Amino acid sequence: MLRLEPRTETKTLIQALAPAAAVLITMVVGGLLFAALGKNPFEAIHTIFIAPLFDPYSRTELLIKASPLILIALGLSFGFRAGIWNIGAEGQYVMGGLAGSAVALAFWNVEGAWLLPLMAVAGIAGGAAWAMIPAFLKIRFNANEILVSLMLVYVATLFLSAMVSGPLRDPDGFNFPQSRLFHDSARLPILMEGTRVHVGIIVTMVAVLAAQIFLTRHLFGFNVRLLGQAPRAAAFSGVNAKRLTVICLGLSGAMAGLAGLFEVAGPIGQLQPSLPVGYGFTAIIVAFLGRLSPVGILFAGMVMALTYIGGETAQFALGIPSAAISVFQGLLLFILLAVDLLTRYRVRFVRRGEV
Amino acid sequence: MRLVNTFAAAALATGLASAAFAQDPTKVGFIYVGPVGDFGWTYEHDQGRLAVIEEFGDAVETTFVESVPEGADAERVLRQMAQSGHDLIFTTSFGYMNQTMNVAKQFPDVKFEHATGYQRADNVSTYSARFYEGRHVIGLIAGGMTESNIVGYIGSFPIPEVIRGINSAYLAAKSVNPDVQFKVVWSNTWFDPALEADAAKTLIEQGADVLMQHTDSTAPMTIAEEEGIIAFGQASDQSSFGPNAQMTAIMDDWAPYYVSRVQAVMDGTWESTDTWGGIDSGMVAFADFSDKIPADLAEQAKAAADAIAAGELHPFTGPINKQDGSPWLAEGETADDGTLLGMNFYVEGIEGVIPN
Repeated sequence: MLRLEPRTETKTLIQALAPAAAVLITMVVGGLLFAALGKNPFEAIHTIFIAPLFDPYSRTELLIKASPLILIALGLSFGFRAGIWNIGAEGQYVMGGLAGSAVALAFWNVEGAWLLPLMAVAGIAGGAAWAMIPAFLKIRFNANEILVSLMLVYVATLFLSAMVSGPLRDPDGFNFPQSRLFHDSARLPILMEGTRVHVGIIVTMVAVLAAQIFLTRHLFGFNVRLLGQAPRAAAFSGVNAKRLTVICLGLSGAMAGLAGLFEVAGPIGQLQPSLPVGYGFTAIIVAFLGRLSPVGILFAGMVMALTYIGGETAQFALGIPSAAISVFQGLLLFILLAVDLLTRYRVRFVRRGEV
Repeated sequence: MRLVNTFAAAALATGLASAAFAQDPTKVGFIYVGPVGDFGWTYEHDQGRLAVIEEFGDAVETTFVESVPEGADAERVLRQMAQSGHDLIFTTSFGYMNQTMNVAKQFPDVKFEHATGYQRADNVSTYSARFYEGRHVIGLIAGGMTESNIVGYIGSFPIPEVIRGINSAYLAAKSVNPDVQFKVVWSNTWFDPALEADAAKTLIEQGADVLMQHTDSTAPMTIAEEEGIIAFGQASDQSSFGPNAQMTAIMDDWAPYYVSRVQAVMDGTWESTDTWGGIDSGMVAFADFSDKIPADLAEQAKAAADAIAAGELHPFTGPINKQDGSPWLAEGETADDGTLLGMNFYVEGIEGVIPN
């Protein structure tokens, strides 16, 4: 029989090296997979993992792809630490993008530096408001926030498609379900000419820093951790669990909403029914991959983005099917989590009867 | 041993040299909204790609990226393709329109072809097929064969393309069966087998004994086969999923178009064009008719297809009223392409509302 036992001590060095080891193992296993498909494994791994890092354009795209993942995952990580499970970030992302777009379209062709900040406020408010529904149902009726927030993703997606085929539809667009293209005042400024690197990426980086400070240096961060690890102790020490629920859900909703706004006002530039592409769900993985720490999330988001971008190139450059890329991404997550587990626990063989 | 090595090296060197002297192949890229194995929309585009390879052999190099979401990701994929030396890129879904236009602006030397869109530029063509002509033909068969008089229709998004198909099929069905009713379920997806299967089951529960779909998976065909009702394949011949259920399929045949466009790039004669091909161009074709279709009905359907191809029959010929009873086409009048391209209303007799 196999048994997992917590390691009494885990060296910091080993913990720090674990993710790198996991990436190496993934490269080997993934290489075998690509070889089995008849592709050159070295070329495949190089295309997916290394080439994007050395191509200037791909590097900028890496930031663009990782930014929403990081922003959403940061918001989620607070709640996850406190044991508040917001699984519906995808819906909050959609509502944020929708609310921000509504502002952009209401002031279509109106110039003004005030427009983008107003859109950002609308995006944050939209995401937070959507997250308030599970928060309210949780504190009022003790409804399970996992189910409620998840169900609201589908509501949000359908609401989006109703809006883009109704009130927000492009009046000159042959009734196709999408909005007008935003005009320049409603687009995020581009930081580097010829790329799509936008201001939202700076906001994401600042958010990483702010989250790190909040979590380690602020009472709020302490309360969040306390509520997750010892709810009764938290109650005795005067932590208001209901208030924390509202704050955590609101915060994650607000950040998901902002990510949605950045996506519509940044790379997309209009409201489309295809806005939800799963960032809200992938961000859950990113949050845990980053061990719920802001810096960890930053790296985890970049690694996820790398496999997406390298995976696309591998498809057209080497003819690797997208399903194989998905398997490879799954492998990476699986191995990362396995290595993480094995650094904290050890496997022991136990004879039957022996306890 | 050394001699063998020398020969090998010499052979290798010769090979490399000749490869270097050969002309660079024309590089053609495709971006797909679904997986190549969807046996529907994307599958047919990929068949077109394979036809290009078959036609030109070593003179072309083709690449593709599948399951690319319509949005921010598409622009990156397109740009990376354009950057990596592609001469011609086919963007095979409506939702790639703005991304195609953006990237085309940055790469004026690369030619782009956008399927089902309406924006063009000097290096961007558009192309689509008149699927509503095919819908007319299967509408006749559906109307003639339904016993419950209820035809179930799985819609994707309520865009003109899909609404046009519903109207065309309904008008044809009603012309042979005045009692026929259409029930439409909107799935809000192009490809989601589980959702499409649910939609099919719902329609069957509501009494439909004929299924039509404007989504890309084979799931509805599989359900129709299980339930013992009839259905029509979408985009591809889906008879292997419904050997008894499939009456015929409207097939998208992109191969001749793709071959001709690649040829144009090779000849240096490529120009920005707008193509909307129907049955006559071969873009819209039919799978073999099932022998379950009564002979006279099959003959009528085939005659209709021939008449459309010959330009003698237009699926939208008046008198036709809109759903609210207001007149649309007068007796003998046919719909113009502009109205068809922007169609956002049901014709009289279809129940339900177009989701807005």
